[in-house]
Amino acid sequence: MDGWWKKNPYYVEYMVHESTAFFVAAYAIVLLVGLLRLSQGEAAWNGFLEALKSPLSIVVHLVFLVAIAYHAFTWFKLFPLTMPPMIVNGKRVEPGVVVGTGWTAAIVASLVLLGLVWRIAA
Amino acid sequence: MSEQKIIEIEVLRYLPESDQAPHSEIYKVPFTDDMSVLQGAQYIKDNFDGSLTFRWSCRMAICGSCGMMINGVPKLSCETFIRDYYPNRITIEALANFPIEKDLVVDLSSFIEKLEAIQPYIIPKEPRTVEQGEYIQSPAQFAEYIQYTSCINCTLCYAACPQVGLNQNFLGPAVIALAHRYNMDSRDGGQDQRMELLASMDGVYNCSAVGYCSEVCPKHVDPGNAVNVNKINAAKDYFLRFLSPKGGSK
Repeated sequence: MDGWWKKNPYYVEYMVHESTAFFVAAYAIVLLVGLLRLSQGEAAWNGFLEALKSPLSIVVHLVFLVAIAYHAFTWFKLFPLTMPPMIVNGKRVEPGVVVGTGWTAAIVASLVLLGLVWRIAA
Repeated sequence: MSEQKIIEIEVLRYLPESDQAPHSEIYKVPFTDDMSVLQGAQYIKDNFDGSLTFRWSCRMAICGSCGMMINGVPKLSCETFIRDYYPNRITIEALANFPIEKDLVVDLSSFIEKLEAIQPYIIPKEPRTVEQGEYIQSPAQFAEYIQYTSCINCTLCYAACPQVGLNQNFLGPAVIALAHRYNMDSRDGGQDQRMELLASMDGVYNCSAVGYCSEVCPKHVDPGNAVNVNKINAAKDYFLRFLSPKGGSK
Protein backbone atom coordinates (compact mmCIF):
# COMPACT_ATOMS: atom_id res chain seq x y z
CA MET A 1 0.00 0.00 0.00
CA ASP A 2 3.04 2.32 -0.04
CA GLY A 3 2.27 5.43 -2.07
CA TRP A 4 -1.38 4.36 -2.50
CA TRP A 5 -2.52 7.97 -2.63
CA LYS A 6 -0.52 8.69 -5.80
CA LYS A 7 -2.53 6.17 -7.80
CA ASN A 8 -5.67 8.23 -8.27
CA PRO A 9 -6.26 12.02 -8.60
CA TYR A 10 -9.15 11.65 -6.14
CA TYR A 11 -6.73 10.34 -3.47
CA VAL A 12 -4.20 13.09 -4.24
CA GLU A 13 -6.88 15.73 -3.64
CA TYR A 14 -7.82 13.94 -0.40
CA MET A 15 -4.21 14.10 0.81
CA VAL A 16 -3.94 17.79 -0.17
CA HIS A 17 -7.10 18.81 1.68
CA GLU A 18 -6.20 16.71 4.73
CA SER A 19 -2.69 18.24 4.86
CA THR A 20 -4.14 21.78 4.89
CA ALA A 21 -5.22 20.90 8.47
CA PHE A 22 -1.55 21.50 9.44
CA PHE A 23 -2.00 25.17 8.47
CA VAL A 24 -5.05 25.40 10.71
CA ALA A 25 -2.95 23.98 13.57
CA ALA A 26 -0.05 26.34 12.77
CA TYR A 27 -2.36 29.38 12.88
CA ALA A 28 -3.80 28.19 16.20
CA ILE A 29 -0.21 28.12 17.55
CA VAL A 30 0.34 31.73 16.34
CA LEU A 31 -2.79 32.80 18.26
CA LEU A 32 -1.66 30.88 21.37
CA VAL A 33 1.75 32.59 21.22
CA GLY A 34 -0.12 35.92 21.08
CA LEU A 35 -2.07 34.95 24.19
CA LEU A 36 1.15 33.98 25.97
CA ARG A 37 2.79 37.31 25.04
CA LEU A 38 -0.30 39.17 26.28
CA SER A 39 0.03 37.47 29.67
CA GLN A 40 3.69 38.63 29.85
CA GLY A 41 2.81 42.32 29.89
CA GLU A 42 2.51 45.30 27.60
CA ALA A 43 6.06 45.27 26.19
CA ALA A 44 5.82 41.58 25.22
CA TRP A 45 2.40 42.14 23.62
CA ASN A 46 3.60 45.17 21.62
CA GLY A 47 6.59 43.12 20.47
CA PHE A 48 4.21 40.41 19.23
CA LEU A 49 2.14 43.02 17.35
CA GLU A 50 5.31 44.41 15.75
CA ALA A 51 6.39 40.91 14.71
CA LEU A 52 3.00 40.38 13.02
CA LYS A 53 3.64 43.47 10.86
CA SER A 54 6.89 42.14 9.37
CA PRO A 55 6.81 41.29 5.62
CA LEU A 56 7.60 37.63 6.38
CA SER A 57 4.68 37.44 8.80
CA ILE A 58 2.33 38.98 6.21
CA VAL A 59 3.41 36.48 3.54
CA VAL A 60 3.01 33.57 6.01
CA HIS A 61 -0.45 34.82 6.98
CA LEU A 62 -1.49 35.05 3.32
CA VAL A 63 -0.37 31.43 2.86
CA PHE A 64 -2.39 30.52 5.99
CA LEU A 65 -5.42 32.32 4.57
CA VAL A 66 -5.30 30.43 1.27
CA ALA A 67 -4.67 27.03 2.91
CA ILE A 68 -7.38 27.51 5.54
CA ALA A 69 -9.88 28.78 2.94
CA TYR A 70 -9.21 25.63 0.89
CA HIS A 71 -9.56 23.52 4.03
CA ALA A 72 -12.91 25.19 4.75
CA PHE A 73 -14.02 24.65 1.15
CA THR A 74 -13.34 20.89 1.33
CA TRP A 75 -14.76 20.72 4.88
CA PHE A 76 -18.12 22.02 3.65
CA LYS A 77 -17.92 19.82 0.56
CA LEU A 78 -17.77 16.78 2.86
CA PHE A 79 -20.93 17.79 4.78
CA PRO A 80 -23.34 15.72 2.67
CA LEU A 81 -21.05 12.68 3.15
CA THR A 82 -20.65 12.97 6.90
CA MET A 83 -23.98 14.39 8.11
CA PRO A 84 -27.14 12.37 8.70
CA PRO A 85 -29.63 13.00 5.86
CA MET A 86 -31.99 15.87 6.77
CA ILE A 87 -35.67 15.51 5.97
CA VAL A 88 -37.66 18.75 5.67
CA ASN A 89 -41.38 18.54 4.81
CA GLY A 90 -40.98 14.88 3.87
CA LYS A 91 -38.20 15.62 1.37
CA ARG A 92 -34.49 15.03 1.72
CA VAL A 93 -32.47 18.24 1.68
CA GLU A 94 -30.27 18.30 -1.45
CA PRO A 95 -26.47 18.07 -0.92
CA GLY A 96 -26.00 21.46 -2.62
CA VAL A 97 -28.35 23.13 -0.12
CA VAL A 98 -26.45 21.55 2.81
CA VAL A 99 -23.11 22.83 1.48
CA GLY A 100 -24.61 26.27 0.70
CA THR A 101 -26.08 26.60 4.20
CA GLY A 102 -22.69 25.74 5.71
CA TRP A 103 -21.00 28.42 3.60
CA THR A 104 -23.66 31.02 4.44
CA ALA A 105 -23.29 30.34 8.17
CA ALA A 106 -19.48 30.58 7.92
CA ILE A 107 -19.57 33.85 5.96
CA VAL A 108 -22.15 35.43 8.31
CA ALA A 109 -20.13 34.34 11.38
CA SER A 110 -16.90 35.72 9.86
CA LEU A 111 -18.54 39.07 9.03
CA VAL A 112 -20.05 39.39 12.53
CA LEU A 113 -16.64 38.63 14.07
CA LEU A 114 -14.92 41.11 11.76
CA GLY A 115 -17.52 43.77 12.65
CA LEU A 116 -17.04 43.18 16.38
CA VAL A 117 -13.24 43.37 16.16
CA TRP A 118 -13.54 46.51 14.00
CA ARG A 119 -15.73 48.23 16.64
CA ILE A 120 -13.42 47.24 19.48
CA ALA A 121 -10.39 48.52 17.55
CA ALA A 122 -12.10 51.80 16.61
CA MET B 1 -18.79 2.40 -44.94
CA SER B 2 -16.49 3.83 -42.34
CA GLU B 3 -13.21 2.22 -41.47
CA GLN B 4 -13.26 -0.37 -38.66
CA LYS B 5 -11.97 1.22 -35.46
CA ILE B 6 -9.50 -0.74 -33.35
CA ILE B 7 -8.68 -0.12 -29.69
CA GLU B 8 -5.85 -1.54 -27.63
CA ILE B 9 -7.01 -3.27 -24.46
CA GLU B 10 -4.32 -4.08 -21.93
CA VAL B 11 -5.46 -6.86 -19.62
CA LEU B 12 -3.86 -7.83 -16.33
CA ARG B 13 -3.58 -11.61 -16.65
CA TYR B 14 -2.93 -14.09 -13.88
CA LEU B 15 -3.12 -17.84 -14.32
CA PRO B 16 -2.56 -19.45 -10.92
CA GLU B 17 -1.38 -22.75 -12.49
CA SER B 18 1.54 -21.21 -14.39
CA ASP B 19 2.13 -17.59 -13.26
CA GLN B 20 4.23 -16.44 -10.31
CA ALA B 21 2.76 -12.95 -10.52
CA PRO B 22 0.19 -11.07 -12.64
CA HIS B 23 1.42 -9.73 -16.00
CA SER B 24 -0.09 -7.54 -18.71
CA GLU B 25 -1.13 -8.57 -22.21
CA ILE B 26 -2.27 -6.20 -24.93
CA TYR B 27 -5.00 -7.09 -27.43
CA LYS B 28 -6.10 -5.10 -30.49
CA VAL B 29 -9.88 -5.21 -30.44
CA PRO B 30 -12.12 -4.01 -33.28
CA PHE B 31 -15.16 -2.23 -31.84
CA THR B 32 -18.36 -0.41 -32.66
CA ASP B 33 -19.67 2.63 -30.78
CA ASP B 34 -22.28 0.59 -28.89
CA MET B 35 -19.70 -1.81 -27.40
CA SER B 36 -19.02 -1.89 -23.66
CA VAL B 37 -15.68 -2.76 -22.10
CA LEU B 38 -17.29 -6.06 -21.04
CA GLN B 39 -18.02 -6.80 -24.71
CA GLY B 40 -14.39 -5.95 -25.43
CA ALA B 41 -13.31 -8.60 -22.90
CA GLN B 42 -15.78 -11.04 -24.45
CA TYR B 43 -14.31 -10.32 -27.89
CA ILE B 44 -10.82 -11.15 -26.55
CA LYS B 45 -12.10 -14.40 -25.02
CA ASP B 46 -13.94 -15.43 -28.21
CA ASN B 47 -11.23 -14.47 -30.70
CA PHE B 48 -7.79 -14.30 -29.07
CA ASP B 49 -7.59 -16.30 -25.86
CA GLY B 50 -10.37 -18.52 -24.56
CA SER B 51 -8.65 -18.83 -21.19
CA LEU B 52 -9.32 -15.17 -20.28
CA THR B 53 -11.51 -15.31 -17.17
CA PHE B 54 -13.94 -12.69 -15.87
CA ARG B 55 -17.32 -12.59 -14.16
CA TRP B 56 -20.42 -11.24 -15.85
CA SER B 57 -24.10 -11.93 -16.07
CA CYS B 58 -26.82 -9.34 -16.72
CA ARG B 59 -25.04 -6.80 -18.98
CA MET B 60 -27.23 -4.02 -17.59
CA ALA B 61 -25.69 -2.86 -14.31
CA ILE B 62 -27.96 -4.79 -11.99
CA CYS B 63 -26.16 -8.07 -11.14
CA GLY B 64 -22.96 -6.45 -9.90
CA SER B 65 -20.65 -9.17 -11.29
CA CYS B 66 -18.55 -7.38 -13.90
CA GLY B 67 -16.72 -4.83 -11.75
CA MET B 68 -13.09 -4.24 -12.68
CA MET B 69 -10.46 -1.52 -12.58
CA ILE B 70 -10.77 0.35 -15.87
CA ASN B 71 -7.79 2.69 -16.27
CA GLY B 72 -7.39 2.50 -12.48
CA VAL B 73 -11.01 3.39 -11.68
CA PRO B 74 -13.41 0.78 -10.27
CA LYS B 75 -16.34 0.50 -12.72
CA LEU B 76 -18.95 -1.94 -13.95
CA SER B 77 -17.54 -2.96 -17.32
CA CYS B 78 -21.04 -3.48 -18.78
CA GLU B 79 -21.94 0.20 -18.49
CA THR B 80 -18.54 1.57 -19.50
CA PHE B 81 -18.18 2.23 -23.21
CA ILE B 82 -15.05 1.62 -25.29
CA ARG B 83 -15.81 4.72 -27.40
CA ASP B 84 -15.20 6.96 -24.37
CA TYR B 85 -11.55 5.84 -24.22
CA TYR B 86 -10.73 5.68 -27.93
CA PRO B 87 -8.14 6.36 -29.33
CA ASN B 88 -6.26 5.82 -26.04
CA ARG B 89 -5.51 2.39 -24.65
CA ILE B 90 -7.86 0.85 -22.08
CA THR B 91 -6.26 -0.96 -19.15
CA ILE B 92 -8.41 -3.49 -17.33
CA GLU B 93 -7.38 -5.16 -14.08
CA ALA B 94 -9.00 -7.18 -11.33
CA LEU B 95 -10.71 -5.09 -8.62
CA ALA B 96 -8.18 -3.53 -6.24
CA ASN B 97 -7.96 -4.54 -2.54
CA PHE B 98 -9.00 -8.16 -3.19
CA PRO B 99 -6.78 -11.20 -3.82
CA ILE B 100 -6.81 -12.23 -7.50
CA GLU B 101 -8.14 -15.72 -8.12
CA LYS B 102 -7.60 -15.77 -11.88
CA ASP B 103 -7.26 -12.94 -14.43
CA LEU B 104 -10.08 -10.48 -13.64
CA VAL B 105 -11.77 -12.69 -11.05
CA VAL B 106 -11.16 -11.77 -7.41
CA ASP B 107 -11.70 -13.80 -4.26
CA LEU B 108 -14.73 -12.23 -2.57
CA SER B 109 -14.89 -14.60 0.41
CA SER B 110 -13.76 -11.92 2.90
CA PHE B 111 -16.59 -9.65 1.69
CA ILE B 112 -19.17 -12.45 1.98
CA GLU B 113 -18.01 -13.26 5.53
CA LYS B 114 -18.33 -9.60 6.58
CA LEU B 115 -21.76 -9.39 4.93
CA GLU B 116 -22.98 -12.47 6.83
CA ALA B 117 -21.56 -11.10 10.08
CA ILE B 118 -23.75 -7.96 10.09
CA GLN B 119 -26.93 -10.08 9.67
CA PRO B 120 -28.30 -8.46 6.51
CA TYR B 121 -31.92 -9.41 7.14
CA ILE B 122 -34.77 -8.21 9.33
CA ILE B 123 -34.42 -9.27 12.95
CA PRO B 124 -37.99 -8.71 14.20
CA LYS B 125 -38.48 -6.55 17.27
CA GLU B 126 -40.83 -9.15 18.73
CA PRO B 127 -42.02 -12.56 17.55
CA ARG B 128 -44.98 -12.20 15.24
CA THR B 129 -47.51 -14.76 14.02
CA VAL B 130 -49.14 -15.00 10.59
CA GLU B 131 -52.50 -14.21 12.23
CA GLN B 132 -51.21 -10.80 13.29
CA GLY B 133 -51.04 -9.86 9.62
CA GLU B 134 -48.50 -7.86 7.72
CA TYR B 135 -46.18 -5.18 9.01
CA ILE B 136 -47.45 -1.66 8.53
CA GLN B 137 -44.85 0.82 7.29
CA SER B 138 -45.45 4.43 6.28
CA PRO B 139 -43.92 5.99 3.14
CA ALA B 140 -41.75 8.13 5.46
CA GLN B 141 -40.42 5.00 7.24
CA PHE B 142 -39.81 3.38 3.85
CA ALA B 143 -37.91 6.48 2.67
CA GLU B 144 -35.50 6.08 5.61
CA TYR B 145 -33.80 3.00 4.12
CA ILE B 146 -34.84 2.63 0.45
CA GLN B 147 -31.61 4.18 -0.85
CA TYR B 148 -29.45 1.51 0.82
CA THR B 149 -31.52 -1.36 -0.64
CA SER B 150 -30.12 -0.46 -4.07
CA CYS B 151 -26.75 -2.05 -3.22
CA ILE B 152 -25.91 -4.83 -5.70
CA ASN B 153 -22.82 -6.11 -3.85
CA CYS B 154 -20.58 -5.21 -6.80
CA THR B 155 -17.76 -4.30 -4.33
CA LEU B 156 -16.59 -1.33 -6.43
CA CYS B 157 -16.62 0.64 -3.15
CA TYR B 158 -14.12 -1.83 -1.63
CA ALA B 159 -11.80 -1.35 -4.58
CA ALA B 160 -12.19 2.43 -4.12
CA CYS B 161 -11.51 2.48 -0.37
CA PRO B 162 -7.87 2.99 0.67
CA GLN B 163 -8.78 2.03 4.25
CA VAL B 164 -9.91 -1.42 3.03
CA GLY B 165 -6.48 -1.68 1.39
CA LEU B 166 -4.75 -0.76 4.64
CA ASN B 167 -6.89 -2.94 6.92
CA GLN B 168 -8.33 -6.00 5.22
CA ASN B 169 -10.56 -6.63 8.26
CA PHE B 170 -12.39 -3.29 7.94
CA LEU B 171 -16.08 -4.11 7.39
CA GLY B 172 -16.04 -1.69 4.47
CA PRO B 173 -18.58 0.59 2.75
CA ALA B 174 -21.18 -1.81 1.27
CA VAL B 175 -21.43 -4.03 4.36
CA ILE B 176 -21.91 -0.98 6.62
CA ALA B 177 -24.47 0.47 4.16
CA LEU B 178 -26.41 -2.81 4.34
CA ALA B 179 -26.19 -2.95 8.14
CA HIS B 180 -27.55 0.61 8.10
CA ARG B 181 -30.30 -0.42 5.67
CA TYR B 182 -31.66 -2.91 8.24
CA ASN B 183 -31.00 -0.68 11.24
CA MET B 184 -33.11 2.04 9.61
CA ASP B 185 -36.00 -0.33 8.86
CA SER B 186 -38.96 0.24 11.21
CA ARG B 187 -39.61 -3.53 11.30
CA ASP B 188 -36.10 -4.33 12.53
CA GLY B 189 -34.88 -4.64 16.09
CA GLY B 190 -31.32 -5.85 15.50
CA GLN B 191 -29.48 -2.54 16.01
CA ASP B 192 -27.80 -3.67 19.25
CA GLN B 193 -26.44 -6.84 17.67
CA ARG B 194 -25.08 -4.98 14.63
CA MET B 195 -23.66 -2.15 16.77
CA GLU B 196 -21.13 -4.54 18.33
CA LEU B 197 -19.51 -4.91 14.90
CA LEU B 198 -20.07 -1.36 13.66
CA ALA B 199 -18.38 0.11 16.74
CA SER B 200 -15.60 -2.51 16.86
CA MET B 201 -11.93 -2.06 15.88
CA ASP B 202 -12.87 -3.21 12.37
CA GLY B 203 -15.95 -1.00 12.23
CA VAL B 204 -16.88 2.51 11.15
CA TYR B 205 -13.92 4.32 12.73
CA ASN B 206 -11.55 2.85 10.12
CA CYS B 207 -13.13 5.33 7.71
CA SER B 208 -11.25 8.59 7.22
CA ALA B 209 -13.97 10.12 4.99
CA VAL B 210 -12.12 9.87 1.68
CA GLY B 211 -15.57 9.57 0.08
CA TYR B 212 -14.42 7.76 -3.08
CA CYS B 213 -16.74 4.82 -2.27
CA SER B 214 -19.81 7.00 -2.81
CA GLU B 215 -18.24 8.47 -5.93
CA VAL B 216 -17.80 5.10 -7.68
CA CYS B 217 -21.08 3.51 -6.49
CA PRO B 218 -23.05 2.67 -9.67
CA LYS B 219 -26.38 2.59 -7.77
CA HIS B 220 -26.06 5.88 -5.83
CA VAL B 221 -26.28 4.09 -2.49
CA ASP B 222 -23.88 6.64 -0.93
CA PRO B 223 -22.22 4.04 1.33
CA GLY B 224 -19.85 6.72 2.65
CA ASN B 225 -22.80 8.51 4.23
CA ALA B 226 -23.99 5.27 5.90
CA VAL B 227 -20.49 4.77 7.35
CA ASN B 228 -20.21 8.32 8.66
CA VAL B 229 -23.74 8.44 10.10
CA ASN B 230 -22.83 5.29 12.03
CA LYS B 231 -19.80 7.01 13.55
CA ILE B 232 -22.33 9.33 15.20
CA ASN B 233 -24.59 6.36 16.11
CA ALA B 234 -21.65 4.44 17.60
CA ALA B 235 -20.61 7.46 19.69
CA LYS B 236 -24.21 7.95 20.90
CA ASP B 237 -24.44 4.25 21.71
CA TYR B 238 -21.22 4.39 23.72
CA PHE B 239 -22.36 7.33 25.88
CA LEU B 240 -25.93 6.07 26.30
CA ARG B 241 -24.56 2.67 27.33
CA PHE B 242 -22.43 4.53 29.85
CA LEU B 243 -25.52 6.26 31.24
CA SER B 244 -27.85 3.24 31.25
CA PRO B 245 -26.43 -0.27 31.69
CA LYS B 246 -29.07 -1.73 29.34
CA GLY B 247 -27.56 0.20 26.44
CA GLY B 248 -29.33 2.64 24.23
CA SER B 249 -28.51 2.12 20.57
CA LYS B 250 -31.54 3.63 18.94
